[in-house]
Amino acid sequence: MAAIHARRFVSADPRKCVGCAICEYICSLEKEKTFNPLKSRIRIVRLHPLINLSVTCRLCEDPMCVASCPRDALTQSKETGIILIDEDKCNGCGWCIEACEYGAVVLHPEKKVVTICDTCDGDPECVKWCPEEALDFVTSDVLAQKARIDSVKRLFIEAMKAVPAPL
Amino acid sequence: MYGYAGRVLHVDLTTGRTWTEPLKEDLARKYIGGIGLGIRLLLEHCPSDVDPFSPENPLILTTGPLSGTIAPTGGNGHAFVAKSPETLGVGESKAHGFFGTELKRAGYDAVIFKGRAEKPVYLWIDDESVQLMDAKHLWGKSPLEAEETIKKELGDQYIRVADIGPAGERLVRVASIMNDRHRCAGRTGMGAVMGSKKLKAIAVRGTKDVNVANVDGLREFTKFLHERMKGPATRKYRTLGTPENVLVHNTIFCMPSYNYNRASFDKAEKVSGELLNERFVSRIIGCGSCAMRCEHVCVVPEGPYKGTVTRLEYEPLWAMGPYCGVDRLDAVIKGMDLCNYYAIDPIGSGVIVAFAMDCYENGILTKEDLGIEARFGNHEALLELLHKIGKREGIGDILAEGVRIAGQKIGRGAEKLAQHIKGLEVTGYDLRTLKTAALGYAVSFRGADHNRHGAYALDIAGKVDRYKYERGRAKLVKEMEDMYNIIDSLIICKFSRGVYYKGFEDMVTLYNYVTGLGLTHKELELAGERIQNAARLFNIREGFTRKDDHLPWKVMNVPVPDEGPAKGQYIRQEELDLMLDDYYEVRGWTKDGIPTIEKLKELGLEELLYIVEPKIKM
Repeated sequence: MAAIHARRFVSADPRKCVGCAICEYICSLEKEKTFNPLKSRIRIVRLHPLINLSVTCRLCEDPMCVASCPRDALTQSKETGIILIDEDKCNGCGWCIEACEYGAVVLHPEKKVVTICDTCDGDPECVKWCPEEALDFVTSDVLAQKARIDSVKRLFIEAMKAVPAPL
Repeated sequence: MYGYAGRVLHVDLTTGRTWTEPLKEDLARKYIGGIGLGIRLLLEHCPSDVDPFSPENPLILTTGPLSGTIAPTGGNGHAFVAKSPETLGVGESKAHGFFGTELKRAGYDAVIFKGRAEKPVYLWIDDESVQLMDAKHLWGKSPLEAEETIKKELGDQYIRVADIGPAGERLVRVASIMNDRHRCAGRTGMGAVMGSKKLKAIAVRGTKDVNVANVDGLREFTKFLHERMKGPATRKYRTLGTPENVLVHNTIFCMPSYNYNRASFDKAEKVSGELLNERFVSRIIGCGSCAMRCEHVCVVPEGPYKGTVTRLEYEPLWAMGPYCGVDRLDAVIKGMDLCNYYAIDPIGSGVIVAFAMDCYENGILTKEDLGIEARFGNHEALLELLHKIGKREGIGDILAEGVRIAGQKIGRGAEKLAQHIKGLEVTGYDLRTLKTAALGYAVSFRGADHNRHGAYALDIAGKVDRYKYERGRAKLVKEMEDMYNIIDSLIICKFSRGVYYKGFEDMVTLYNYVTGLGLTHKELELAGERIQNAARLFNIREGFTRKDDHLPWKVMNVPVPDEGPAKGQYIRQEELDLMLDDYYEVRGWTKDGIPTIEKLKELGLEELLYIVEPKIKM
């Protein structure tokens, strides 16, 4: 059993994501052999030309989607952390959709059961295709590392400005 | 059919009736989609000699066969085609973003609007459900306000909207159709045609699959094109963007400024792409399905226009900057924002303002006429006049007619200050010093435009002597025109043209993976030629002759005054005649520029012979 910090999920870097939707196209192609963002497990959000971000399942600990399912159709893999869906049990009621704070649960438009990112068995296509390298397949620990390094870099850029120029 | 949705939607705005018909495979193969399909449908649905604002002029909206797929840049485009209120010939304009994709997913290759609604309406396409909705509350709103209101009232943020602004409602002849906040089908006045129909907006939600013939082939080829898109073929668009042209064009005297009074701009450094990127570009974003990033989103950080956010490309920057003598980028960005607000073509509008400024400098229009001292370089006058054009207020009522009609109405020599071809305002390439481009502009079926041929590239790259037209260039122009017709019919983005190293061969590969129709690259090339001829036939049917393949007055009459290698350059009538003779010959047209019967038969255009037969016999 992997430790919680070893769970890897697809995360988009808000500083890099430009909202091109290639992740949606490739997800729909990979999973459904067609082009349709409604069948993509990752979705882009463009609120403004300057505000773009792709969103998908973050493999939460004690996920609300699993807890909210009245039919026990959703379970979390102990090994990878992905949400497993029992399509026979799911009746598309949508409680898990409502429960997910990230909008990462989507209802399949034809099958009327929910779908959630399965990380393509640990090798996500969207990450491979993202032209901006905005998508990463990472653990929370790596995300924290990145944030720490960035903040220290920013701090030192400011600090360097205060240092008098050498003579 | 793969790629294609296989359906055309008809909307009669007079009666409110809507219906669909299948898209014939033959039409798809011969005209591809986008402007090609649009022009073919225009020939069929637009009677001769109608006023562009009459209910009989159809407004045709098309997608391309690639729309809705992952095909790089092809996934996202759409085109509008109608008889142009500016040229009275073929009008067409494309835009990218996300709207075209949505329309394809709703299941339509084309929508043909005819008639005129009694009161303002918008069309709501929700897959199979097509409804005309009351738009009284949207009338007068900017495209962005209307888009947001529609999304809110229909309760779905993923709805895509293409709509007109206050200018289109008032039949401003340079009115555009906007989508996705600041994407614009700008040229040839398609927004005015939409306004004449009292159609405020087209809202679409499409939820269907878009299937392609060869998934694996498309996937692999797309990956391959993505890699090319990250390389040198698209460097310019991903780095400084098209505003890079400012200093490049300026250095080689091919950037007309002060309404074509000069071929370079003395204050170019102050409006350069370099400065724009350094001071104003906040992010570079991308359209759906594209692996390039070209959309330079500018934010004004300080000063009177603080907080203005818009995209800016070379052409609008040129038109409202150097061409008006304006050397302030913040004012140009604000000008672009006003063009988005009223929904007017920023190129045409900038050229109109420069024309008004030239009239002012020459004493043809006064401060009383204009309401402001419209000297070249007065950025406040630029913005004031854009407001007046958008509202048709005061002098704006005349300027809103475009430079050709405005010049005629004002008279007293103003006609000579109106720089246009076929009624469409010029763009940012000085044709006196780019003589291959000059031919492309003269014969362009939609009027003055760089985007119907791209022939300036030959001149600027130094592949030819740009100061002297030589026989044989027409062949190069023809090849580029045919290619551009295909680009606009597949609706791929022209910024990506460099990634198709093998031209038609690469494009046909993409087309066949998506559609499975198995065209050869020769057939695709022939389709490009067919589209050019079809557009020509529409213009001939509307009364165009060789005389309409003209150049702007100053290009023919005012030699370049700038000191340097370009000094004294202009284009004489003999030179233009040489260009046209060369071009018509290469095209297989008569001396009068009419496609011959043999040529039309070769292109499979027998059904259009009726247009040329009486003219050739004469």
